[in-house]
Amino acid sequence: MRAFRYHRPADVAEAVAVLAAEPQAAYLGGGTNLVDLMKLGVQRPDVLVDVTRLPLDTVEELPDGGLRIGATVRNSDLAAHPVVRRDYPVLARALLAAASGQLRNMATTGGNLLQRTRCVYFQDTGKACNKREPGSGCAALHGQNRDLAVLDWSEQCVATHPSDLAVALAALDTVVEVHGSDGARDIPIADLYRSPGTHPERETTLARGALITAVRVPPLPAARRSTYLKVRDRASFAFAAGSVAAVLDLDGDVVRDVRLAYGAVAHRPWRAYRAEEELRGRPFSPELAARAADAELAEARPLRHNGFKLPLTRAITVRALTELASS
Amino acid sequence: MQGGPENTTTIDERHSSRVTVEVNGVSREVTLDNRTTLLDTLREHLDLTGAKKGCDHGQCGSCTVLLDGRRVKSCLIFAVTVDGRSVVTVEGLAGPDELSPLQAAFIAHDAFQCGYCTPGQLCSARGMLDEVSRGWPSAVTGDLSTPAALTDAEIRERMAGNLCRCAAYPHIVAAVREAASS
Repeated sequence: MRAFRYHRPADVAEAVAVLAAEPQAAYLGGGTNLVDLMKLGVQRPDVLVDVTRLPLDTVEELPDGGLRIGATVRNSDLAAHPVVRRDYPVLARALLAAASGQLRNMATTGGNLLQRTRCVYFQDTGKACNKREPGSGCAALHGQNRDLAVLDWSEQCVATHPSDLAVALAALDTVVEVHGSDGARDIPIADLYRSPGTHPERETTLARGALITAVRVPPLPAARRSTYLKVRDRASFAFAAGSVAAVLDLDGDVVRDVRLAYGAVAHRPWRAYRAEEELRGRPFSPELAARAADAELAEARPLRHNGFKLPLTRAITVRALTELASS
Repeated sequence: MQGGPENTTTIDERHSSRVTVEVNGVSREVTLDNRTTLLDTLREHLDLTGAKKGCDHGQCGSCTVLLDGRRVKSCLIFAVTVDGRSVVTVEGLAGPDELSPLQAAFIAHDAFQCGYCTPGQLCSARGMLDEVSRGWPSAVTGDLSTPAALTDAEIRERMAGNLCRCAAYPHIVAAVREAASS
């Protein structure tokens, strides 16, 4: 591991200033991903700016009924928060389906959104990876790509985004609050992540050195009827083979509103707008849910080893929505 | 592959820190290369070899300790980041000549074979039982609005971050169940 200087900033402005002055500095949150990647030699920062003691660790109820979640709120605290459990079960369920009890005690909200892909070729410095080393190629495209993308991938990168929380936040139209050297701004989560295209090393639209300080979840009364369904190779402590975040609002049996997002299918948390469109205004049935999923996945291009993700994603869409409809 | 010259570079002051941390109730002060994990600090600098290095990547749980009362994986924490904080390791779960109820239950239920994962299992179970007493839900909790009863399914899910290569799982579940009810 490369030697690094350690810096504990007094406030957000100082944190941002250090990143602006040090081209190879990185923010350190809970460390559950970054420390591992430093051990693997995948990330090699020469300065760590520890943001975990900044005063960004509160969950506030907003006057409009939404929720503002500080960037350093730990995953376990957020999952246990009474308002999250009552008003946004999809968030609590996504958090609880992720990692292990110890890791959830460490991992932060901001860090969770910015964690790196678990593509094994990205994590192995002996393999070609355009994301880790632009121009080196993609060993995953024709390699062991069972865990990788079926939607929106490019010849340069077939990685998936590993977060569960980000999938739930995508379904809820969350706004990400960011501080950079040019001040503060809001980024809708739909605009935070990038498709891999020809520059898979650029994963988000954040300027270098920008710091996520909070996320704002808009009020959505329908989210009281929401869930997160995740399928894994083993019962617990594994990344998703497929996952779905779902919010369902019924008027009688007619779908008044619905929010759907998929995990484990693309380089970004995948908001299923096309499936939502199929569902809205129609009487709910499991068959309708299956048709909606098929519409969303119509443009999928499975790789050699991950064709199973299409029927799997369809099946969990049907199961999640049917459960919500009957709850 | 990950070793090489970088790891033997002479440490200069810019890349090291003076760290004060309370361990098992005693304040300890050490000067460390910033790359030193909390796990290596405990084992190599403070002579506390209870916490074990299994995978060193946060996957096996054998390094689990309590940080400010919460269970964490000490292999993924740089010690410099815990300056001023409080750590409890397996050595601190009970006095030197006594067993905590959890430790006694592990013995009574034969909840280990080789014992390598046991310090992590014990610290994890200690932290987990505190989480349960605070009413925290888990992935298998059906109703998020009420505190979960500690069924075997709940114990298994909540202990999923600790692997046991000897597969003593049924006995670990039994031990944790007994400790929870005592």
